[in-house]
Amino acid sequence: MNRLSATFEACRTQGRATLVAFVTGGDPSPANTGDILDALVEGGADVIELGMPFTDPMADGPSIQEANLRSLGAGTTTADLFDIAGDFRERHPSIALVLMGYANPMIRRGPQWFAERCVEAGVDGVICVDIPAEEDEALGPALREQDVAMIRLATPTTNADRLPAVLDGASGFLYYVSVAGITGKQQAAQDSIEAAVARLKAQTNLPVAVGFGVRTPEQAADIARVADGVVVGSAIVELIGEHGKDAPGPVRDYIGTLSDAISTARTAKG
Amino acid sequence: MTDQVPPPNSYRSLPDERGHFGEFGGRYVAETLMPLILDLEKEYRAAKVDPAFQAEFDDLLEHYVGRPSPLYYAERLTEEVRKDAPQDKGAQIWFKRDELNHTGAHKINNCIGQILLAKRMGKTRIIAETGAGQHGVATATVAARFGLPCVIYMGARDIERQQPNVFRMKLLGAEVVPVTSGAKTLKDAMNEGLRDWVANVHDTFYIIGTAAGPHPYPELVRDFQSVIGTEARAQLLDRVGRLPDLLVAAIGGGSNAIGLFHPFLDDPDVKMLGVEAAGEGLGKRHAASLAGGNPGVLHGNKTYLLQDEDGQIAEAHSISAGLDYPGIGPEHAWLKESGRVDYSSVTDTEALDAFQLLCRTEGIIPALEPSHAISAVTRRAVDMDRDQIILANLCGRGDKDIFTVAEALGVEM
Repeated sequence: MNRLSATFEACRTQGRATLVAFVTGGDPSPANTGDILDALVEGGADVIELGMPFTDPMADGPSIQEANLRSLGAGTTTADLFDIAGDFRERHPSIALVLMGYANPMIRRGPQWFAERCVEAGVDGVICVDIPAEEDEALGPALREQDVAMIRLATPTTNADRLPAVLDGASGFLYYVSVAGITGKQQAAQDSIEAAVARLKAQTNLPVAVGFGVRTPEQAADIARVADGVVVGSAIVELIGEHGKDAPGPVRDYIGTLSDAISTARTAKG
Repeated sequence: MTDQVPPPNSYRSLPDERGHFGEFGGRYVAETLMPLILDLEKEYRAAKVDPAFQAEFDDLLEHYVGRPSPLYYAERLTEEVRKDAPQDKGAQIWFKRDELNHTGAHKINNCIGQILLAKRMGKTRIIAETGAGQHGVATATVAARFGLPCVIYMGARDIERQQPNVFRMKLLGAEVVPVTSGAKTLKDAMNEGLRDWVANVHDTFYIIGTAAGPHPYPELVRDFQSVIGTEARAQLLDRVGRLPDLLVAAIGGGSNAIGLFHPFLDDPDVKMLGVEAAGEGLGKRHAASLAGGNPGVLHGNKTYLLQDEDGQIAEAHSISAGLDYPGIGPEHAWLKESGRVDYSSVTDTEALDAFQLLCRTEGIIPALEPSHAISAVTRRAVDMDRDQIILANLCGRGDKDIFTVAEALGVEM
């Protein structure tokens, strides 16, 4: 069993949701990312989502846009990203690590090249914002060939007709984007999240993680009660924006509050 | 044309059902938008075969836009070029006068088509991106004409250099939102347009201004702009009884060029030249994605992009805000690879020279975008026989550019 499946399975056994934490790689600089990733783990994150910076992050709100610019401004390259991932894997042999980003940096040197680097760096899965199921050929086959998970996104606009296509070739987990919009904005209503997760779980055995707009321990706990995973991104990225290279402490503390809320969510309250 | 690959039966049969032009095009969008563009495609297929839709489009083009635009033989420019040409050389230069359209450019053709689609789909809010402001003005115009609220995203840097168009959009009732991310130009405005769209899919129609973006946009923009080539073809046959030898058009995203070229693609004797913006020169800052770029994915399609070895998008540069984009429509990428269309480039300085040349010889102030095409036309014409015909698209008028040109020429206004 790969690390992603093992992680979701272990959390399920412990009666809690999996905490997925996103940061933009190379923000504020490639040299600082390792410590920030360690802080995520120490705070209790189960899956690390390492963002690949891109000049044109068109699905992201201001917080993550700025993080992308900070990272690129610090000179972060694709090689740096894989170094960050590879070093993380050496320090944390069992923590699941996925790369998230946009198509162009991923396919620039060819999908095979990218998939092979993922394997070398110990990356377990890839989330690509702008490769929908219809364009799977651009990256999916190369990843599957290397047993790297192609993590697909479902959204409030993904209707029943489309869902089978989205699930076909998906692996690792299903990322439910709870808001039709960009990252870091408002959170969806709890009842709509609940209904969506139920709808998705009726169609797939993959774990379903919910993200977009999750900020507070209370919001995280609410989602943790109904979904297999909770994804937090912009709120962490904002802490890094605020604290720069001193971000590990505040990030660890913040993740700790989410982790605590998630670990008791299913027992504390009905 | 390459030796190994036989030409297809038709150059006009693409995109395929998945929206691909060979390896280019496609639908590289976030999942949130995917159901919407599938919907748009379905709606466009139905509209395309609906005589009522076509009739309304034709009617608006005739009575609101002012089509057909004239086809004009530029006699004085032709003579001017012949002065520098070898004996018996110097092709006849003809212009398709799309700068005489309502709003002053070809952009309105596409906007009419798309707002009719928006209406058909029951959308109640219009958004668009704009570079030079011509597409923004055209979008604001049709939004006013159809009584729909309209938001235009425009790079902060473009807002500075295109003030007259910003004011026009506001007069037309549009909200102009300055985009301060990235290079603050067209590509960043498009990012912001996509961000708006993804958050407002339920009621919003995104009128994309060029023949790029996710399928079906490159196809539908091309189809709406093909009125340019269809008219020109009929007009030239009527006037001189034959087809042109060479078509020339400027290319940013490539909508005016594909509109001119597409109806002629299966006429084997008609050569075609697309002209990119070489900015300060191809070795320096420029906007020539075919000449200086590589295939990649941006803004929903796979095409040639200016980018570094990590796939980060480079900032384009052209004196013409409308050509200042690091990508190009996917059909042009395919037409380049297939060898059917030639592509070259023209620098800022050459475009400025051509701008002034047309002013002086023909009494026409062209936009900086077609000034690139005019420069290429004069270069080609000297090597062609006198009985040959070059047909170029004069896709926009230059009123909007006089401040930029004045600054470039060191004139205080």
